[in-house]
Amino acid sequence: MKDLVKKLSQGFGPSGSEDQIRSIIRSEVEQYADEIRVDAMGNLICRVAPKAAASGSAPKRIMVDAHMDEIGIVVSYIDDKGFVRFSPVGGLSPHVLLGQKVVFADGTVGVFGTEKLDDIKDLKFDKMFIDIGARDRAEAQAKVGIGDAAAMVGSFADMGVRVSGKAMDDRIACLVLIEAMRRARPQVHEVYYVFAVQEELGLRGARTAAYGINPDVGIAVDVTLWGDTPEHAPFNVSLGGGAAIKAKDASLIAHPAVKNLMIDAAEKNGIPYQLEVLERGGTDAGAIALTREGVPSGTISVPCRYVHTPAEMVDMGDVDACVRLLTAVVEELASPGGGGIL
Amino acid sequence: MLLAQLSEAAGISGQEAEVRALIRSEITPYVDEIRVDPIGNLIAVKRGRKGDRRVMLAAHMDEVGLMVVGIDADGLLHVEAAGGVDPRVLVSKLVYVGADRRPGVIGSKPIHLLKAEDMDRATDMDSLYVDIGARNKEDAEKLVKLGDQIVFATRCEPLGEGFLKGKAMDDRVGCYAIIEALKKQHDFDLVGAFTVQEEVGLRGAGVAAYRVKPDLALVLEGTTAHDLTETPEHGYSTVPGRGPAIVYRDASWVGDRRIVDRLIQTAEAAGVPYQIKRTVTGGTDAGRIGPTESGVPVAVMSMPCRYIHSPVSVICADDLNNYVKLAGLFLDSLDERGLPV
Repeated sequence: MKDLVKKLSQGFGPSGSEDQIRSIIRSEVEQYADEIRVDAMGNLICRVAPKAAASGSAPKRIMVDAHMDEIGIVVSYIDDKGFVRFSPVGGLSPHVLLGQKVVFADGTVGVFGTEKLDDIKDLKFDKMFIDIGARDRAEAQAKVGIGDAAAMVGSFADMGVRVSGKAMDDRIACLVLIEAMRRARPQVHEVYYVFAVQEELGLRGARTAAYGINPDVGIAVDVTLWGDTPEHAPFNVSLGGGAAIKAKDASLIAHPAVKNLMIDAAEKNGIPYQLEVLERGGTDAGAIALTREGVPSGTISVPCRYVHTPAEMVDMGDVDACVRLLTAVVEELASPGGGGIL
Repeated sequence: MLLAQLSEAAGISGQEAEVRALIRSEITPYVDEIRVDPIGNLIAVKRGRKGDRRVMLAAHMDEVGLMVVGIDADGLLHVEAAGGVDPRVLVSKLVYVGADRRPGVIGSKPIHLLKAEDMDRATDMDSLYVDIGARNKEDAEKLVKLGDQIVFATRCEPLGEGFLKGKAMDDRVGCYAIIEALKKQHDFDLVGAFTVQEEVGLRGAGVAAYRVKPDLALVLEGTTAHDLTETPEHGYSTVPGRGPAIVYRDASWVGDRRIVDRLIQTAEAAGVPYQIKRTVTGGTDAGRIGPTESGVPVAVMSMPCRYIHSPVSVICADDLNNYVKLAGLFLDSLDERGLPV
């Protein structure tokens, strides 16, 4: 499984430029899906049909979502000497970029530099530039153009139980979806696995995907923060503590029936879990929940340290718990009982 | 000149009637269908020769300005900003109040009465007022009502060598470009969406897109042109005189790359000057059109406007011609090469 984690983590896909990561994921899921389509925004939507349709009624639709975009930067200006100015894509701190490399879709690499600063506290994006090793504007323009996006460079590290790399937010959840697609056997209802675009810019892809699918229930899988490193703000999620079941974040109060179904499935199957209330930040479930006339929705979170840096860290035990939990929840929802929701 | 009429028409967010009536009378000879939706968007359709696809051009009718929120005992009007207005640019400006364009003056304390500390401080919105020449509250109440709009009394006219000055260029330039585009028939159905309430949060465009359900949309906007003193060149958003600005992304939406590329290809093939907008701040109607239903491929082309959101903006006449021209050539390319989406 770690090989696939590495492949997904290293894949290229800043928000709005998800072509490469979409191809990678598509090649992984094609064998499990009955139908695959890409919508107008670029969401990859994979339908898995039930073994048998429910007698006398159309199958209900279960939407499971992970976003495939990652944070990054976008080129805004190239000066005479070939230095590249940029704007952030997604929630990025300028301090994370010092000493950091970025890579563009075609493999062009850049490093960050700063103007003279009197105090490191003055570090802002507009004081920074990217040096792509060009000697002048023409040489730079041959490599990159205004509007081109780049992703962080962050090598993958296998630390045993834990792994670190870039874009674990949210490629680790893409892995959870792929594994659940492989394992889960929906009995009577359809499952739509969505690998969504532009989550980091405001849950944009999930919104149109959900409208198109018109689901009866929605589940997002995303990373959440951690509370177990030195002097960290109190937060009821620790790395290695199991799958996190979301009660609330800034985008969503989990639908009680969906949250309770997750808790029951974890208890029944002996899957370690922890409950999560996140004060800031949201997930695609927030967009799915408000689609059309409303969709009961919840989120399974993978605990992840150092989120939105090039060295995010997850625990493979938690990943396994999330895979088992999502599989159990999908099977329960897709059973004739509909998990008590459908 | 039509752009001057559009610029001088009054229409803060939610009070776009005068602008809507002007646009309606201009486009009526050229379009097959006109309707005003329940929130005031003006939606015009020019049917295509084939009519198998639907392309929507969108521009907002509303402008930034002020609104009457109180009348004091002396008959002076208290105001609030309608949209993003910097109170520092308001003092001593001439304005029109209400639907019947009653002239007013934004008052200021004469220099004789200023205290030393006043000189160092910008006047904020709470201490600004509009003087319409009423003797007292009762007189003022006969002339204006709470909620009346206040727009800047700025004539639109040529400035220097090849520039124009006027108010509300954001986004009457976009309205102007759509009016011009609606004169020509294409293979596809062309929909002109003149939207309301963009300046208070992109409110009209999503409703318009939901009804129109376009296959492709292009937002025609006015944008900042800060090529001015103190800003380093990498901080310029656009530069007047370098052509219409193609926007690859802003704070509200990532432009559909296929549409952005087609705009660039079209400009280069025809030798029309263009620039890529450098900054990614600010939102446009694309942020509401894009996520409509299952998603609408949309991009933005903007007109560089210096001093945007102030009582007077400055644009370059060549840019305006090229902006209208590139919008038209883009539509022609959809006939010749098909939609890129």
